[in-house]
Amino acid sequence: MEQDWIMGLIGGLLIGLAGAVYLLANGKVMGASGIIGGLVDGSGWITAKERIAFLAGLILMPALILPIYKEVDTHLTNNLWVIAAAGILVGVGTRFANGCTSGHGVCGISRLSLRGIVATVMYILAGGLTVVFFRHILGVI
Amino acid sequence: MRNIFALISGALFGAGLMISGMVDTAKVQGWLDIFGDWDPTLAFVMGGAIVPMAIAWQLTRGRKPLVGGDFPPKPEARLGRNLVLGSVLFGAGWGLAGLCPGPSMASLTFNGIGGVVFVGTMALGMFAAPVLRTRLDRAVPAE
Repeated sequence: MEQDWIMGLIGGLLIGLAGAVYLLANGKVMGASGIIGGLVDGSGWITAKERIAFLAGLILMPALILPIYKEVDTHLTNNLWVIAAAGILVGVGTRFANGCTSGHGVCGISRLSLRGIVATVMYILAGGLTVVFFRHILGVI
Repeated sequence: MRNIFALISGALFGAGLMISGMVDTAKVQGWLDIFGDWDPTLAFVMGGAIVPMAIAWQLTRGRKPLVGGDFPPKPEARLGRNLVLGSVLFGAGWGLAGLCPGPSMASLTFNGIGGVVFVGTMALGMFAAPVLRTRLDRAVPAE
């Protein structure tokens, strides 16, 4: 358990470093939902190459370091209906809110953006209530 | 150059999500589940990520991005309905599956059919969002 915290901290520093590179080099806020969403709805096609390059690194790097780990269990539910409902909610929600954990959470809070802080508090509260309700009351996740 | 920096940034982000264990949905749901076996890891990840990012924001003062252009201006401190509604919807989905956009991409190559379904439906939601937003704004003006 103690090792989990340390790895969390190291991984977190790398995530922050990723955001720092994206900001200081390219002058952009590193938000995963914004980078993906702009490609999906066409609003970010002018900067499509930059977005695709970012996503290529994001998808391929974990695949490259995967062999270091003996086994990686993501514990993702087998219930595809739950996954599909979650996917729709995350897709619609992040675009309405204009940000997710990386954009509002990491990049927003670190510049003391009120919007980032409020968004983060709201999605953590909603996430907590959802887990408690669906796990402890309905017992489906 | 833009694309190379973006690739490096994406790779660092992916490595960070992998090393921190944030691709593991049990860790995310474990953090959200205050009535279960609470897992504090996510707080360390968030805390760790905010430090270099806060330094980076400080470094933007009086400078320009390496590739040129300008840094993003601080958004107006306006808390609209869409910010709150969107965050609540996003949080619900995040709790349900234990996945958010970054980790869903990072784990795409080893997350099985479920991982693909999540990314597919997330993209569908993102595609539909602008239309839904326009309709909602027309039916119930945000301000």
